[in-house]
Amino acid sequence: MARVPILGDVSGVLDEGLEGLEHNFVTARIEDLVKWSRARSCWPATFGLACCAIEMMATGAAHYDLARYGMEVFRASPRQADLMIVAGRVSQKMAPVLRQIYDQMMEPKWVISMGVCASSGGMFNNYAIVQGVDQVVPVDVYAPGCPPGPETLMHAILTLHDKILTGELTTRREQTGAGAGIDLAEEPDHEAAEAP
Amino acid sequence: MSENDVSSDEHVAAPVASTTMSGQTVLHPVRDAYMATVESLRDGGYCTATDLTVVDYLTHPGRTDLPEGVEPERFEVVVGLFNHTRRERVRLRIQVPAADPTVPSLFDLFPGTEAMEREAYDLFGVCFDGHPDHSRILLPEDWTDHPLRKDEGIGAIPVQFKAASERR
Amino acid sequence: MDEATRTIDMGSDERVRRRDGSAVLRMTEVEAAELARAPSDPVTGEQADERMILNMGPAHPSTHGVLRLLLEMEGETVLRSKPVIGYLHTGMEKTGENLTFLQGPTNVTRMDYASPLFSELVFSLATEQLLGIEVPARATWIRMLMCELNRAASHLLFQATNGMDLGAVSMMIYGWREREEVLRFFEKVTGLRMNHNYIRPGGVAADLPDGWQDDIRHLLDIIPPRLDEYAVLLNNQPIFRARLQGVGVLEPAEALALSATGPILRATGYDWDLRRDEPYLAYDQVDFDVVVGTCGDAFDRFAVRLEEIRQSLHIVEQILDLLPGGDFRTQDKKVTPPPRARIDESMEALIHHFKIFTEGFHVPEGEVYAAVESPRGELGCYLVSDGGPKPYRMHIRGPSFANLQTLPHLMHGRLVADAVAVISSVDPIMGEVDR
Repeated sequence: MARVPILGDVSGVLDEGLEGLEHNFVTARIEDLVKWSRARSCWPATFGLACCAIEMMATGAAHYDLARYGMEVFRASPRQADLMIVAGRVSQKMAPVLRQIYDQMMEPKWVISMGVCASSGGMFNNYAIVQGVDQVVPVDVYAPGCPPGPETLMHAILTLHDKILTGELTTRREQTGAGAGIDLAEEPDHEAAEAP
Repeated sequence: MSENDVSSDEHVAAPVASTTMSGQTVLHPVRDAYMATVESLRDGGYCTATDLTVVDYLTHPGRTDLPEGVEPERFEVVVGLFNHTRRERVRLRIQVPAADPTVPSLFDLFPGTEAMEREAYDLFGVCFDGHPDHSRILLPEDWTDHPLRKDEGIGAIPVQFKAASERR
Repeated sequence: MDEATRTIDMGSDERVRRRDGSAVLRMTEVEAAELARAPSDPVTGEQADERMILNMGPAHPSTHGVLRLLLEMEGETVLRSKPVIGYLHTGMEKTGENLTFLQGPTNVTRMDYASPLFSELVFSLATEQLLGIEVPARATWIRMLMCELNRAASHLLFQATNGMDLGAVSMMIYGWREREEVLRFFEKVTGLRMNHNYIRPGGVAADLPDGWQDDIRHLLDIIPPRLDEYAVLLNNQPIFRARLQGVGVLEPAEALALSATGPILRATGYDWDLRRDEPYLAYDQVDFDVVVGTCGDAFDRFAVRLEEIRQSLHIVEQILDLLPGGDFRTQDKKVTPPPRARIDESMEALIHHFKIFTEGFHVPEGEVYAAVESPRGELGCYLVSDGGPKPYRMHIRGPSFANLQTLPHLMHGRLVADAVAVISSVDPIMGEVDR
């Protein structure tokens, strides 16, 4: 049992992250700090597909500035992104790509389904469009509209921030097995490290 | 501009039936005369192909705008050409039977039809002889049917009210 | 209109002959994957071939939507390339066969989502030609006003995304600033910022609101000085010029052979604009210049679009004075729904309203092709009707679909960094490419 003064038992951190800390008033403060900073600098991954992408770019531009939430950096690489805003209609050809980008993102990650086409297939109930992106990835917040104006998207983002601040830290880690997958409890096997 | 303005031009190889629809000249070459007609139109100043598409007339009640001597078939390949010098458009409608849905490709005459012919193949299943890359363009490469044919449904699924069970 | 023959330099034959495909990579995904697994030389361990196939997209910041490119590269040089599209295929042409003619604009407006009013316009023009009805003059001029403002908004979007792709990120922020002003006007008139469903067969959905002249004057006051600011910001910036000048050169004969239209064709020096050469709406009654480039490189395409914003605003200024009064939609009761107040008074109006919105108005049998000049080129609609309330076949000729065919030829022999500049200068909108 690894005991640290004030922080208490910290041996659960490696397996469960911050949830593995023994709860006392100091660790609660640390959790709040971590949640606050995750909400305040939630970087979106660029996943603009169709018309909603134009409104997403408008939200990031000068008039409806997303930088006030610390979100103006739309990361191109999913490894560096926390939030995937699926903006636009997802076609059958695009769905595997969507899932691949989602899998490449690291925990904690969230998904906003922007627009009716991403939320439910929208006005296109046909052979070509996936009827709701939640068939492919788990969604945290749905933003309706065709396309949702920047104010609607910001409301969705603020709803997500509330969810980050008050909800569990890593909601889907156990279920999806996604994330960095780092486990330092085992010693790496040096003999098996020779690669052909 | 008379109805037969284009088809009676001396550089059109063979006489081709022509009609006028909404003020636009429409030619109806038979499939065997298709390439020759397009080539002579191109030599006559039709410098660009604006559009190439297919129409499936399977569930149509009956076309009344075809001239005499033109046998209606299930598919029609519709090609639009534009003469910039004379500022004239012409439209060609080629009848293609369902049993043998193949026409020659216009790629050698107008390379801009490459993507349009691929789309026509993808969505209708009409094949283009001599096309350099005869593959699907819009749908995934392993898709099996041709969705814009009239015997294919739209593929709608019943709307699922995902939150409904929570309210009961 | 006189029929003077065109005497312009059409470019060398050599580039036209290159359309045999030496610039286009014709390889399926399976073949490309196998090439990646090609065995290497057992002695030196090097790959047998210096060439590699690089996949760019579809989720990539610089591909303007979901465009995927297979680039065959030798080092940093792009040899052949293949645009792979279809990642936004929405089945809109099939959907169009299931919607009535009145619902049609809601469908087509989402194809080219940067300039949605043009798609609505071309669909409405095609329907009206089949119906054989005349649209009142006021509706025609309102359509022209909204379309020219939409052209300005779309070109501002191009300026923003072009700047961002090249690294001029401040241009991204500035371009949206002006676009917001135009979108605010659209929201006042149509109710929506984008995908308006405003131009419908028979006219427009609603009249311009009171005070619209002041709003237009406000736009005309603020946008042109800011265009001068952009010219100062970008035109003389040496990095911007070096990245765009001489990059992606297209010649007129190539462009015509590849069915390219719009600013791409005009930047090559070919003087062709459907608004002047095949006038529709009331373009023959307003005065504007057709902007033509000189050498067909990416810088010319950028400059042509920047100048076209000015020309569009010049047309808007003239419409401010010339807009006639009258009806904003045709009075034909079989086509146009009655005003809502009339439904309470007249049984006939109620029946017409019911029939138009449930069954739809019937369009006589026939086929027609209508075309307009959208910000990307010739946007066409081929409409076949069987006499019913829904189109039998609706095909939209998307200009970006044809313009994308020029991509392999523009990127041939250039560096991969130029590929980004080239894609952005072609300005494809994937909604109308994939439909």
